[in-house]
Amino acid sequence: MEIKSRDFKKNASDALADATLQKALKNVEAGFIGKRQASVDALPEFEDLRDLGRDIKTHALKHLDVYLEDYEKKVTASGGHVHWAETAQDACEIVRDICHSVGARTMTKGKSMISEEMQLNAFLEADGMEVTETDLGEYIIQLRGEHPSHIIAPAVHVTKDQVEADFRRAHTNLDPNRNLDDPVTLLGEAREVLREKYFAADVGITGANFLVAESGSSVIVTNEGNGDLTQTLSRVHIVLASIEKVIPTLNDLDVFLRLLARSATGQEQSVYTTLSTGPRRTEDPDGPEEYHVVLLDNGRSEMLGTDFEEMLRCIRCGACINHCPVYHAVGGHAYGWVYPGPMGSVLTPSLVGVDKAGHLPNASTLCGRCESVCPMRIPLPKMLRHWREREYERHLNPTPQRWGLKGWAYFARRPKLYHRTMRIGMRVMKYLAPQTALMRRLPAAGGWTKHREFPAPEGKTFQQMWAEREAERGQTKGDAA
Amino acid sequence: MSERHDNSAAKSAILGKIRRSLASVSEGADPNRNEARQEVQERLASRPKGIVPKRAQVGHYEKVAMFMDYAERVSSTTARIGSYDDLPGAITQYLREHNLPQAIVMGEDPRLKAVNWRTEPQLERTIGPSDGTDLVGVNHAMGGVAETGTAVLASGPDNPTTINFLPENHIIVLDANDIAGDYESIHDQLRDMSGVAHMPRALNMITGPSRSGDIEQKIMLGAHGPRAVHVIVIG
Ligand code: SF4
Repeated sequence: MEIKSRDFKKNASDALADATLQKALKNVEAGFIGKRQASVDALPEFEDLRDLGRDIKTHALKHLDVYLEDYEKKVTASGGHVHWAETAQDACEIVRDICHSVGARTMTKGKSMISEEMQLNAFLEADGMEVTETDLGEYIIQLRGEHPSHIIAPAVHVTKDQVEADFRRAHTNLDPNRNLDDPVTLLGEAREVLREKYFAADVGITGANFLVAESGSSVIVTNEGNGDLTQTLSRVHIVLASIEKVIPTLNDLDVFLRLLARSATGQEQSVYTTLSTGPRRTEDPDGPEEYHVVLLDNGRSEMLGTDFEEMLRCIRCGACINHCPVYHAVGGHAYGWVYPGPMGSVLTPSLVGVDKAGHLPNASTLCGRCESVCPMRIPLPKMLRHWREREYERHLNPTPQRWGLKGWAYFARRPKLYHRTMRIGMRVMKYLAPQTALMRRLPAAGGWTKHREFPAPEGKTFQQMWAEREAERGQTKGDAA
Repeated sequence: MSERHDNSAAKSAILGKIRRSLASVSEGADPNRNEARQEVQERLASRPKGIVPKRAQVGHYEKVAMFMDYAERVSSTTARIGSYDDLPGAITQYLREHNLPQAIVMGEDPRLKAVNWRTEPQLERTIGPSDGTDLVGVNHAMGGVAETGTAVLASGPDNPTTINFLPENHIIVLDANDIAGDYESIHDQLRDMSGVAHMPRALNMITGPSRSGDIEQKIMLGAHGPRAVHVIVIG
């Protein structure tokens, strides 16, 4: 999709003024935060699993080339094909060529964030293919001509009334006077409409949450069952996966399965975890005749060995987004590209370049909630600071922000003064937010608190974070900005 | 397949980039990656088990009870019967209670085939995959996982995948002896004596009926897969 991240400020203020969006965004906090906490509380091993998950991913990334080769061998041995794509454009062409090779005209698609990165639908439609999104949220936004605003809840910005209007507009063969008051009838209608699409599809595309090197399996984790119907009922199954999805073994998969659903939706387990390995076997009565995996790099290999390598551990659970006060206020579209929230603010500049996404690292209060819930323990605030520094060094920032950063630097070089100033500031802020973690007024920042509440200070001060940053700077490889 | 795309060139380019990036942070890195290869082979061979939750490490009786408890928490229904002889009756009873026609589609699983279905002559059985017109599908699970009430089904002629997803009502038959505490135990069953995993085309781990929260984040049952999942535990 077209990159509009540079317009973050304007996007954000439009979002703040959009009453319908603001109503819909309330569902993020209500729908995810408490449920995640309850499921985490119910599993005493959760924190240890986070450490282990982090370590497994780190190991896999350090040996990524070898695991990818091993994975490919297993896929080939099971009768599947692996295609390597350096860029999004290459990946689109590979998919198109597979479609041409089987004379495909119609396609169903399960949720795949990298297909958004590839702008695959537009590419295939220009080639004459009919592409239907089958995840309910994706289907809704496809009808609306929009892009997902959340990585696990693509239509979270849409209200029920809007869905009803979209269905009436799109499903013209149905009785215009039908009653669609109950959301369940909307779900039922989508189910009926999409059932026909699965059966008619020549090609079914899914994403992959994980690729298992041990067995050559691609894994999808879903709740609706659309990904399974997509891959089971079409003649050809194409898996789109980025290179960092590979993990060593099935036992490792089990570690991630205990982290993913709890972090994402607060379920102890998602409804469907499906391991797909190769095409239909000779004796099988159902399943696709061909199985293809497209491995997409698109800038990821170059993140290895940099300050942003750790971002490649991301399992796309969405927890950082669900807990982000900036996301709660402006929603996903304001971020201007595929990945919103804290993970998007780190990933987007890495994948599309800091010049195109320069403002995103500022779309954060550095409150630290994202890191505290990230199952992969990705230091998101630290990385956002890395980007801010680079952006500053490259003078991509408007002047007032550069002056602001100079102010930070002034204080940071004078720790005692900073500490004193900060302590006063903290006390004032506490006074303004005596009961809750949120504040309605922030001195000298009326533009900010006009539209939203500001999280009251908790956790580390800037001073501590600065000290950490300086320490890390000594250790990590700093690539030239 | 593709005239335009040179797959092996793209593969070399991507692997080359990965190696260059990794080498930039490790002094004197070996371009052949021999050490890395060995580490990977060791890890694939040893397959260390991660952290298995304590709650999954209990005796057989507790595992079965935990499986049924967790299955019900995710809106499945469950029943427990003494033997396969009672299966036809348990199925017809479920169909009656839910006002469903006495007709099922099922695969060729030998355990289901061996059942004496004549005890319920009114029950119409179609053998084979589902074509989407059946209201009720019956499959036999290869195992169950107590820690989340998850049933695990392997694709193939015995238990076609379409039966897991197309019928509105899915009845899963599960032998109590196949209920494990954790996912790892089920994955172990897929490996042969030398530790090689033999995967069915699709391994479906199913935890409840399908659902969606995509309209205003309120969970509704019955998205694209079954609206109802009923697990019959035998033994
Ligand atoms: S960064 Fe962490 S919390 Fe955010 S989506 Fe990725 S894994 Fe989840």
